[in-house]
Amino acid sequence: MSDTVISSKAAPVRFEGVSKVFGKDVIAVDNIDLHVQAGRLVTLLGPSGCGKTTTLRMIAGLEMASSGRILIGDRDVTKLPATDRDVSMVFQSYALFPHMSVLENVMYGLTFSGFAKEEARNRALTGLELVGLKGFDTRLPSELSGGQQQRVAVARALVLEPQVLLFDEPLSNLDAKLRRQVREDIRAIQQDLGLTVVYVTHDQEEALAVSDEIVVMRNAAIAQIGTPRALYDAPNDRFVADFIGEANLIACEIVSVAGELATIEIENYQHTLPARGLPPGPATLAVRPSRILTGGATGVEATVDKATYVGVRMEYTLTGAFGQVFAVEDNVDTPFEIGTTLRMSFAEKGPVLLPNAP
Amino acid sequence: MDKKAAPPVLIFWIIAGWVGYCLLPWYMLEDGFLSFDWLVDGYPFEEDYAPALFLIGQGEKLWLAPLLAALTLPLFALRRAKSDPLYAGLLILSGALGFGWLIAQGFGIGIRGFNFNWLETMFGDLGDRQFGMGYGGMITASAFLFLLTQGIAARGAINGDVFVVSAIGGVIAIVTAFVFFPIAKMLFAAFVTDDGAYSLSVFAAKFFDDRLWGLGCLAGARCGAAWNSLFLAILVGLITTVLGLCFALVVTRSGFRYKRAIRALTVLPIITPPFVIGLALILLFGLSGTVTVFVSDLFGTQPTRWLYGMPGVLIAQTLAFTPIAFLVLIGVVEGVSPSMEEAAQTLRANRWQTFRTVSLPLMRPGLANAFLLGFIESMADFGNPLVLGGNFDVLSTEIFFAIVGAQYDQGRAAVLAMVLLFFTLSAFYAQRAWLGKKSYTTVSGKGDAGVHPLMPNGLAIPVMGVALGWALFTAVVYAMIIYGSVVELWGVNNSLTFKHYVTAFSVRFEAEGIRWTGAAWDSFWTTITIAAIAAPLTAAVGLVTAYLLTRQSFAGKNAFEFGTMLSFAIPGTVIGVSYILAFNVPPIEITGTGVILVISFIFRNMPVGVRAGIASMSQLDKSLDESSLTLGANSWQTFRRVILPLLRPAILAALVYSFVRAMTAISAVIFLVSAEYDMATSYIIGRVENNDYGLAIAYSTTLIFVMLTAVGLLQFLVGRVQIGRRTSFGAGRSS
Repeated sequence: MSDTVISSKAAPVRFEGVSKVFGKDVIAVDNIDLHVQAGRLVTLLGPSGCGKTTTLRMIAGLEMASSGRILIGDRDVTKLPATDRDVSMVFQSYALFPHMSVLENVMYGLTFSGFAKEEARNRALTGLELVGLKGFDTRLPSELSGGQQQRVAVARALVLEPQVLLFDEPLSNLDAKLRRQVREDIRAIQQDLGLTVVYVTHDQEEALAVSDEIVVMRNAAIAQIGTPRALYDAPNDRFVADFIGEANLIACEIVSVAGELATIEIENYQHTLPARGLPPGPATLAVRPSRILTGGATGVEATVDKATYVGVRMEYTLTGAFGQVFAVEDNVDTPFEIGTTLRMSFAEKGPVLLPNAP
Repeated sequence: MDKKAAPPVLIFWIIAGWVGYCLLPWYMLEDGFLSFDWLVDGYPFEEDYAPALFLIGQGEKLWLAPLLAALTLPLFALRRAKSDPLYAGLLILSGALGFGWLIAQGFGIGIRGFNFNWLETMFGDLGDRQFGMGYGGMITASAFLFLLTQGIAARGAINGDVFVVSAIGGVIAIVTAFVFFPIAKMLFAAFVTDDGAYSLSVFAAKFFDDRLWGLGCLAGARCGAAWNSLFLAILVGLITTVLGLCFALVVTRSGFRYKRAIRALTVLPIITPPFVIGLALILLFGLSGTVTVFVSDLFGTQPTRWLYGMPGVLIAQTLAFTPIAFLVLIGVVEGVSPSMEEAAQTLRANRWQTFRTVSLPLMRPGLANAFLLGFIESMADFGNPLVLGGNFDVLSTEIFFAIVGAQYDQGRAAVLAMVLLFFTLSAFYAQRAWLGKKSYTTVSGKGDAGVHPLMPNGLAIPVMGVALGWALFTAVVYAMIIYGSVVELWGVNNSLTFKHYVTAFSVRFEAEGIRWTGAAWDSFWTTITIAAIAAPLTAAVGLVTAYLLTRQSFAGKNAFEFGTMLSFAIPGTVIGVSYILAFNVPPIEITGTGVILVISFIFRNMPVGVRAGIASMSQLDKSLDESSLTLGANSWQTFRRVILPLLRPAILAALVYSFVRAMTAISAVIFLVSAEYDMATSYIIGRVENNDYGLAIAYSTTLIFVMLTAVGLLQFLVGRVQIGRRTSFGAGRSS
């Protein structure tokens, strides 16, 4: 139908000491530095009120930074309003214009970018094809399902070939099944076109699934930046460990450090793992539920408090002098009875040491 | 997007400035600009028609020369980038210099040379003079204003948004010019002595006048106008609130079957010119009124003139303003959450206890609000006291007589206007400051299941009785209006005739076309024209203001909002007086023209547009604007392509209501009409003063039907638009 090709002009985004203060003293974003490389999908993740949406809106130019510098590509955009930035955004509510057809919605931005009408139309149609909505161009937004509306919103943002594409919790209005599919579609388009995408979510599973890199935010500041794997396997602190996936936090004592390795002790049970620069003394051990081993000959004494069968695995709540932990076990055929006393130990890989609460 | 070319808006306003200065007649033209007589009559050299450039070229009006410098400055900005600090600096300098100089010379030099003695002592006698600004001056002034706002925007105000900064600047400029300036001018007029000096004692003498504050009525004589107005307004406020509450209760909490008919009452005050009720009362209770004659025949008593005075005005205003209270209270009564009342009932309160302990207290702020509205309306009402007042002086009519009567005392009019303004502004302030925080009726998006319980029987019977009785009375009054328009001479010759309609609206078809021979056509077409010009302007100003208030945040927004809504609380008579005082002399000299009528309507009715706009704009999700902005549209394009199309129903409503209100207005209009621009309402009042009731009532009836048609058309159109909207919105906003 048309040989228009939608490509990308992906550019990096850089925050240098950016803060945002609302009113006199409500600090939404506190002096953050951030570098999003071109062509990567970076997720801003955190509980509500942590400043992730404000950060996103500052990239879009919908909020102006109170201090610091924002660069897109090598251009300083700190003072530029949204109109003049080469950025598009997909809104949580999609924000499709209800009085325009699907095609008009997708063409909307193009008409302000100096495209001739015919070319704008071709681009819009290509964009719709790209998101799998060929043939829907004359419909009104209200005549589409939620997932289709979402894809129109994506097409509308894509056709402008923005330097950065922003997503503000794009999946939160979809039902669980659609979520997985749309999430995969977004990731596929991003990788095919090599777009720079900044993506806001509060769902850690979503973040792990789509991101090249995750920025975990807490209280207006960045708690940790890393690949999904790095964050999951080596969280910096208790907050990150608990926010990304579930983690059991157990108080322990580092008894000795030898080179890279530390030996810890919990109720006389000793375990060796990477020290991560911690000195001997009290520390916290973070263990994912799947990394807790039960039924061995050695370990910390614990009692089975609850046992739940969920089909693919058993879920246990174990209590002991250390407190309470949550563990999962693939062995469903010979489960432990409630009240059983057993020995709990930790897998060789997985558990990490965290400094005690700052 | 680093465009090298200068923004088109900048080029536009630079050109506009030069056109205003070099091509258009600088001063106000006697025959009007649009007649274009000036083009063939010695333009551009004739002094009366010359553009400013030609004037100074001929060595006249040299005080206009500095503007040339201000017009040249922005030319240097054309080549510069928007981010260049010089760009902003040049525009701000040019705009501020030009605009400031224009104002300074406008006020400094008038029709008798220098306006201020100190200027004359400094520079000596000017030996020249100037009249009011014309199109040239006006366009140049606008150009300077918008160059200034572009400069301020380039400095980074409101994210450098030219449209928003210009809109704010524009609204502030016109509200200042046409609301604050005339009011201030009027306040000063209260202190002016006969020979033009300012003196506190003049004010004191006029203020502490017995005709204003006398309390003679306590001893059987007459009271001052201020007490009369206050007393009347309190009574009207109380009575309309009680009646309005009765109607609201009948509609929401009774098994009454014809609720729709009662709801239709609410449309009456919109379509009725304010004095028409007074006329109908004269037909019923006047000296030769139907009821008066019937009663005097029955009991053999002498007919009296009891109607003329406080009782008549009270009845007329109660009839006229009860529907307004009803309109306010129906929202309040419906807004009380049924679940509250249901909760009370499950806690073993019976229906009467529920009403007394839960429903009524929750309605209290609404009741106070209705009272204050009735108070303000009664204070500001001009038509009914004029027709029915007799010897009962109230402030609004006293102001009128002070200006047009034999006394011609501007200072007294100004003092009276100040007192009136003080009362209404206090009520307005109370309404906002005190009630603003106290509303219990929070309508959340959540569906509040449940139904309102019916009124307890002990309450229902009297409430129904009062409401239905009053509704019947209202119906009779309106029937009288229609009937009165087809009676030969009321009380004397009761035969039916269309004579009055013929006198007013006859037409003759002749070879060269239709000839409008009726006596009323002149004022009728003037009214329609002026209202039709004012309506879109009112809607535009109102919607832009609403957009700024709901969608933008800027320093001083609260003051901005208060200023724009203030004109609601300024009685029409005050506007009328202040316009006469302010716009009779340069720099803005527009009394006697149609322009002043249009302008007075815009600012009288602006709050209607603002409210309609705010109501519907707060329904549109802000992410619609934001997504448009991130898609590369600027805020003007967003406003035009996203917000305006979605606001169509609000625009239509604002258009029709400002049109209808412009047609029914009398209080400000009566000061501002001229022989050339007479309006329907002031024409009718003129007929009434000549005791020509037949024609007056026939004309009023016609107006009512014209406006009924307009409102009906609106309901029809808005209804359709909304249906269209619902289908296209649905899924977009749910989920």
